[in-house]
Amino acid sequence: MQDKNRSSRKSMLNLENLTHSKGFSAFTAALLAVALGLIFGFIVMLVASPGNALQGFNYVLLGGFSRFGNVLYFATPILMTGLAVGFAFKMGLFNIGASGQYTMGMFFALYVGFMWDLPPGIHWIVAIFAGMLGGMLWGFIPGIFKALLNVNEVITSIMFNYIGMYLVDMWIQSNAVIYVSSKSRTNYLPSTVQIPSLGIDGSNVNFGILFAVIIGIILFIVLQKTTFGYELKATGFNKHASAYAGMKGKRNIILTMVIAGGLAGLGGAFAILAPSAIAGSSMTYEPISIIAANGFNGIAVALLGSSNPIGIIFSSIFISHIQRGGSLANLVGFKPEIIDVVIAVIIYFSAFAMIMKAGLAKFIKTRLKKQDHSKGLNEDVTKGES
Amino acid sequence: MDNYIVEMLNITKEFPGIIANDNITLNLKKGEVHALLGENGAGKSTLMSVLFGLYQAEKGEIRKDGNKVTINNPNDANALGIGMVHQHFKLVEIFTVLENIILGVEPNTMGFIQKSDARAKVVELSEKYGLMVNPDALIEEISVGMQQRVEILKMLYRENEILIFDEPTAVLTPQEIKELLKIMRGFAEEGKSILFITHKLNEIMEVADRCTVLRKGKYVGTVNVKETTKEELSKMMVGRDISFNVDKKPMAIKEVVLAVSNVTVPSKLHKNNAVKNVTFEVRAGEIVCLAGIDGNGQTEFVSALTGLEKLSAGSITLCGKDITKASIRARSIGGMSHIPEDRHKHGLVLDYSLEENMVLQRYWEPTFQKNGFIKFDAVRNYAEGLIKRFDVRSGQGPITPVRSMSGGNQQKVIIAREIDKKHEVLVAVQPTRGLDVGAIEYIHKQLVESRDAGKGVLLVSLELDEVMNVSDRILVMYEGEIVGELDPKTTTVQELGLYMSGAKRNTVKENNHAG
Repeated sequence: MQDKNRSSRKSMLNLENLTHSKGFSAFTAALLAVALGLIFGFIVMLVASPGNALQGFNYVLLGGFSRFGNVLYFATPILMTGLAVGFAFKMGLFNIGASGQYTMGMFFALYVGFMWDLPPGIHWIVAIFAGMLGGMLWGFIPGIFKALLNVNEVITSIMFNYIGMYLVDMWIQSNAVIYVSSKSRTNYLPSTVQIPSLGIDGSNVNFGILFAVIIGIILFIVLQKTTFGYELKATGFNKHASAYAGMKGKRNIILTMVIAGGLAGLGGAFAILAPSAIAGSSMTYEPISIIAANGFNGIAVALLGSSNPIGIIFSSIFISHIQRGGSLANLVGFKPEIIDVVIAVIIYFSAFAMIMKAGLAKFIKTRLKKQDHSKGLNEDVTKGES
Repeated sequence: MDNYIVEMLNITKEFPGIIANDNITLNLKKGEVHALLGENGAGKSTLMSVLFGLYQAEKGEIRKDGNKVTINNPNDANALGIGMVHQHFKLVEIFTVLENIILGVEPNTMGFIQKSDARAKVVELSEKYGLMVNPDALIEEISVGMQQRVEILKMLYRENEILIFDEPTAVLTPQEIKELLKIMRGFAEEGKSILFITHKLNEIMEVADRCTVLRKGKYVGTVNVKETTKEELSKMMVGRDISFNVDKKPMAIKEVVLAVSNVTVPSKLHKNNAVKNVTFEVRAGEIVCLAGIDGNGQTEFVSALTGLEKLSAGSITLCGKDITKASIRARSIGGMSHIPEDRHKHGLVLDYSLEENMVLQRYWEPTFQKNGFIKFDAVRNYAEGLIKRFDVRSGQGPITPVRSMSGGNQQKVIIAREIDKKHEVLVAVQPTRGLDVGAIEYIHKQLVESRDAGKGVLLVSLELDEVMNVSDRILVMYEGEIVGELDPKTTTVQELGLYMSGAKRNTVKENNHAG
């Protein structure tokens, strides 16, 4: 009896510790956000088309599993842009320019793919690095402005989204090798520059997702274990204290923006260099003056993942899963916009994550206390009887 | 039976890892000034926050005029006539005095604010109690003392009869303190009841009728102030005897470790220079105190000295090396430790843990990192050592978020870090601000130990007692200039005051400390 009591108390203590742990509460908050978002999304579907709502929702929820390869393929670029946003956010920088960095990275990769003649084994690797370089350049410029002239990075990076997009569209349209003007899209990339496929039938999934996950893990280690991560987070939490401690704030701002840009640029490269499921073709880009949505989706991914690289890996796969499933909801007559609404709702709820976190911890605590209290009463009663 | 207006019975309030109030009882009589005394982290503010409805106690009950009441939020407290002046004022900076006073209880007809009645009432109140403020001035433009008057007027405007003052004198000048104490006495004579949180014993002796003492979250006792002494109160507060005088060995002055010559620093607030042509030296083995009334250029001077701001003219030499243009890190490596004025802004990363803050100046040293990877075991060991040595108290040890620690213990983290770091010069800026006597005694001891260990100490202080007791040499700063050099053994507080207020100055400062 006593043993049982002790063990239950022990488990309670663990639960209590758990509610204090940062990672746990961020995770439960994200889960709650997702659950609430899905419920609300279902309501939206019910309103839109009551008869097909259940089946449509079934597609949203489970449809992704039947196309898991493509879920991973589409997760790759938003995983990278999510990391680009989340990493900068750890330093207190809001990198809204992931779109521009992504587009620039994509163009650099395309350029190397079409214009450089390299041996098959190396070509795609060089193209990937070129993409990273392009993104880095597009992160570096807002970083310089922020560090040296204290220009708000939000404004510069929004501007650089447009500058990047229009430049890339112009460069592509003026290059006869890259651009097929009759189809207003880029040409099919040579197969030597396509990233090796993971061999899942009927999908574009390739080594890019593995690289992206590995990069996420590396970033996690950098943030948690290195002096650079220590400085970065210290600056994000309190830039005055980091200056007081002699950290090089300006250098760190530039470095962070360069890294963030490089991450988004890699995202662009991974997206465009993917092998196509149809032999002889490849991914293409249409220069139609639209800012890449993958950049903005990265903000959502980073938010849902609490800017934690590991969290971002999961949130990008989740969002991609919902998007893929959502595209299947077409089959029962749902517009793709509905799925955008569901995703938006999930993001909206993740903004409440902080409140939920506090609320959940409090709830568990009061429950524990009540249990404790009633147990105490029972003990008193038994004592009285004996 | 005394007629208690407020009774707080057996109040218990817990936070993660710490019991802030453990079975505390406090009774407030009508028309008395009741002081609440305790060290930092003793639970004074928590207890008052429970009374004001900011926290809910887990156990215990509150009675008003003998009836049990529940106070779930400040509005409930307000309805019961309880008002509070917080340590950090809760004012809207860009609103006027009048707008702040009526905030939340705006007199209106159909949603349009009627200011004229409110203004008349505010003017009447401020004249009645001698709380002179301009109702149309913006909060951001008036002094801290004025802002406090606004907070007091807020309570009076709401016709509160129980007034809580949370460390009201921490931010005031000596003259303002005197005035405030007089006003508090006036309230009590009028029948209002006052709870006065403080750890300044002089103020308690001067103004309070009774005093309740807390220590580490527990109730120690309630005494009549007339029947007690400062020594007894401080013993109740910290649980041991406190010496108000600093024991010091005679100086063993050695070589010059810090030389400042003709330093001029531009002001950020106005076009003139905040620091003008300041020259002095600090030698190993002495404590030099830079005294002065707040806002006379001390902050700007320290910023320039430690590298946070640039100086426009002059030079600084640290241990024989010119560091006028050196980076903050280079100064730190060169032997400068800095206990900053604002511990939350500069001294700590509040969202970091205790151990992470302990290595804030040293995380890059080979002891704590290898190839850019932080050695967490070494950090943990180091932090645990410092926690033990400097008696830093926290809920969860090295992993405690610094934000959750009490002010005194936060300051101990900085002091431990800066004193343990290899240094020749210790720049301590108002190191005891907002701390209780126990912590002050401790910090003074640390400063003296540092001096005895052959370091040069530059102490920047606004507290006259501290200036007189701790320093070996006093430099008085007035409007950005050094206006006098005094020997604490031969000078008096009155004379020091004259220098600080600019009424007196001596210009011979290079010659009278030769050797």
